[in-house]
Amino acid sequence: MTLWSEETIERARGIISRYPEKRSAVMPLLYLAMAEEGHLTTEGMEEVARWTGMTPAQVQAVASFYTMYKRERTGEYLVSCCTSISCMLLGGDDVLHAVEDESGVPHGETDQEGHLSVEHVECIGACGGAPAVQVNYELIEGVTPEKARELVRWLQSARPSVVNTDEMQQLFGGRRSFDWAIAESGGAVGPYPAFQPLGTFGSEGEG
Amino acid sequence: MTAPLVVTKRMTENPSSSHTIDVYEKTGGYKQAKRSVGMTRDELVELVKESGLLGRGGAAFSAGLKWSFLAPARPSYLVVNADESEPGTFKDRQLLERDPHQMIEGIIITSIANEVHDAFVYIRGEYPKPARRVQAAVDEAYASGYLGRGIFGSDFDLELTIHLGAGAYICGEETALINSLEGKRGEPRLKPPYFPAAKGLYMLPTIVNNVETISNLPHIFAMGAEEYGALGHEADTGTFLFSVSGHVKKPGNYELPHGITWRGLIYDIAGGIRDDRELKAWIPGGASAPWFVPEHHLDLEVTKDATAEAGSMLGSGAVIVMDEDTCMIRAAERLVRFFAHESCGQCTPCREGTTWMEMILRRIEEGQGRAVDLDLLVDVSDGISIGLAWPPKMTTICPLGPSAVSPIIALRDHFRDEVDAHVKNGGCPFEHRAPEVLDA
Repeated sequence: MTLWSEETIERARGIISRYPEKRSAVMPLLYLAMAEEGHLTTEGMEEVARWTGMTPAQVQAVASFYTMYKRERTGEYLVSCCTSISCMLLGGDDVLHAVEDESGVPHGETDQEGHLSVEHVECIGACGGAPAVQVNYELIEGVTPEKARELVRWLQSARPSVVNTDEMQQLFGGRRSFDWAIAESGGAVGPYPAFQPLGTFGSEGEG
Repeated sequence: MTAPLVVTKRMTENPSSSHTIDVYEKTGGYKQAKRSVGMTRDELVELVKESGLLGRGGAAFSAGLKWSFLAPARPSYLVVNADESEPGTFKDRQLLERDPHQMIEGIIITSIANEVHDAFVYIRGEYPKPARRVQAAVDEAYASGYLGRGIFGSDFDLELTIHLGAGAYICGEETALINSLEGKRGEPRLKPPYFPAAKGLYMLPTIVNNVETISNLPHIFAMGAEEYGALGHEADTGTFLFSVSGHVKKPGNYELPHGITWRGLIYDIAGGIRDDRELKAWIPGGASAPWFVPEHHLDLEVTKDATAEAGSMLGSGAVIVMDEDTCMIRAAERLVRFFAHESCGQCTPCREGTTWMEMILRRIEEGQGRAVDLDLLVDVSDGISIGLAWPPKMTTICPLGPSAVSPIIALRDHFRDEVDAHVKNGGCPFEHRAPEVLDA
C-alpha cells in the first residue's frame, strides 16, 4: 500500500512530530519523496498528502510553487549556474554556456541517460565568490568557463557517488565569498539538498 | 571609526573551530543564555530596546519594539529568517556556517523573552552546508541540555527545529515565510494584521528575526545596552555586516560600524575597482534598493538615515559594485528578471508589470528598443509603485514588485543617455553583450 521504505516512513514520522501541525511537514516530506524516486511523482505527492492530511491537489499546489521540487525526471547531477546580478557581472553567463556546450544539455533539460541536468538559477548567496555553480546544491565558487568544462567532464567520467563541496571547490573553484575554514566530508547523493533534519533524535545523515 | 568585531570575532580568531560547542563555550558562549533563564520578559525586552538593535534582514525595524508587540495569546513561536536570497547578500551564510552556536544562544534568549517553547530556523534550500552545520550545533546544544526539556536545569522547555526552504525568494518576506512554514504556498499575507507578533504562525503570536539580528543578542547581553550602542553611529547601534560584490578588488563580508562613507567602503575596505577602472554605479542595499552613482553619493555616510535621505536603503547590507564597462540596461534587465521570476503572482501589477518590464529591457538590449521605451518602463513601474517614490507607495501586498522598480529609477535619473544610445545604435554599444538571453 505504501511506496516508501520502512526507513523513510520512520523519518517521515520523526519529521511530523517536530511540528505543532502536521501540514507544516509538507516541505521536508516532499524532499523525502524526491529522495525516494529522484524526482516528485504523482504517487510521491499522494503519499505526502496522506501523511500530512492534505489533498493531493494541495500538495501539488505547494510543490509547484518552489523551484527546488522537481516534478520531471532530473539527472543524478543537477548543475545549477548562477546568472543573477553579481555572477553576471563577473561572467556567470559564460560559465553557463560552457556547461551547456560541454555537456550538450541546454539549461532546463536533462541528458538522455539521466546523468546530468543543467539549469540557470537566481542568486545562490555566493556573490563574493562569483561566478558560482552548484552541483546538487553543493557549492563551488570562483568558477571559470574552462573549469566549468572540467567539472562537466569529471561528473561524466568519475561519476562520484557523493558530491562533496570541498573537493569540488579544490578541483574547480577559485575565489570564495569568505574563508570556508572548516572541512566537510559528506555531501549530496541526488538532485536534492543533502540535509537530513532532526539528527537530534537520531537519523543517519548524508552530510 | 574602527570598531571591534562583534558577530565575526570568534570565527576570525578561531578559523577552523569556531563552529564547535567547545570553542563557543571557551570563548564565553552560553553564559548569557544561562543568565537570561532567570530574567523576566520585561527585563529582557527592555534591554534589547535600550540597545537600539535594528533588524538586519532589510527593514531595519527595532528588534525590541517588535518583541514588545507580542500579543498575550499562547503558544507563541519564534521563526529565525535564514532564507537569505536577496541578490548580493551572503552574510547569513557565513554566520550559519562559521558560528552557529552564536545564533542558537540568541534563539534561547529570544525564546525566553517571548515565552516561546517551539522555535524554527527557516534556512533556504540552496544552503545545505549551512543547514548541516546548524543541525550539528543544535545536536550539541541538545546534548548539553541547552535545548530540549528544562534548559540549563530550569523548568523552561525549548524545542528548536531546522526547516529547509525550497527555492523561493519571496519566503524572506515574513508573512510568506510563515505561510511556507504552515505548509502552504509562500505567498505574503494581506495586511492587516501588520505584525506576526500579533498574528503569525497558525495565527498565533510569532517573532520573526533575521540571523544577524539574533546573532547580536548574546553580545548585547554580555556588553550591556550602553556599550553595544556606543559601537555604532547615532541611531545605527552596533556593527553591521556588509556583503560587497561585483567589480571590486576584494569582495567579501565586512563587519563595520555604520558611518564610514561609500568611498571608504568601496575604495579602502573593498580595495577599489578591478584594474583601476572607473566606478559607474553601485547598489547600496541589495537588489531591491535604488542605485547610487559616484557624482552624487560617493561621500555620503553609510547610515540608515543618510541613505534614506538620498532615496535608497541599506537593506540587507549587500553592496553590488559596477564599473565603467557595465551595460546598465543589461544590469537592469538581470535585476528585473529576478523579480519577475520570484513574483508569487498574487498581485496583478507585480506579476504582469515585472514581466513586461523584463521584456521591454530585453528588447532595448537586443536592438529592438524604441524611443518611447524608457517612458513606457516608467509608466509600467508607476502601476506597481505610484510615483516611483522611495520608500514606495505600493499597489501590491508586499514590497517585491516595488523593488523591481529600483533599476528603472536609476535608468530614468542617471542613465537616460545610455538607453538612448541602445535605441540609436540598434543594440548594446558595450563589447560584452549577452550571447543569448535567458528566460526567467
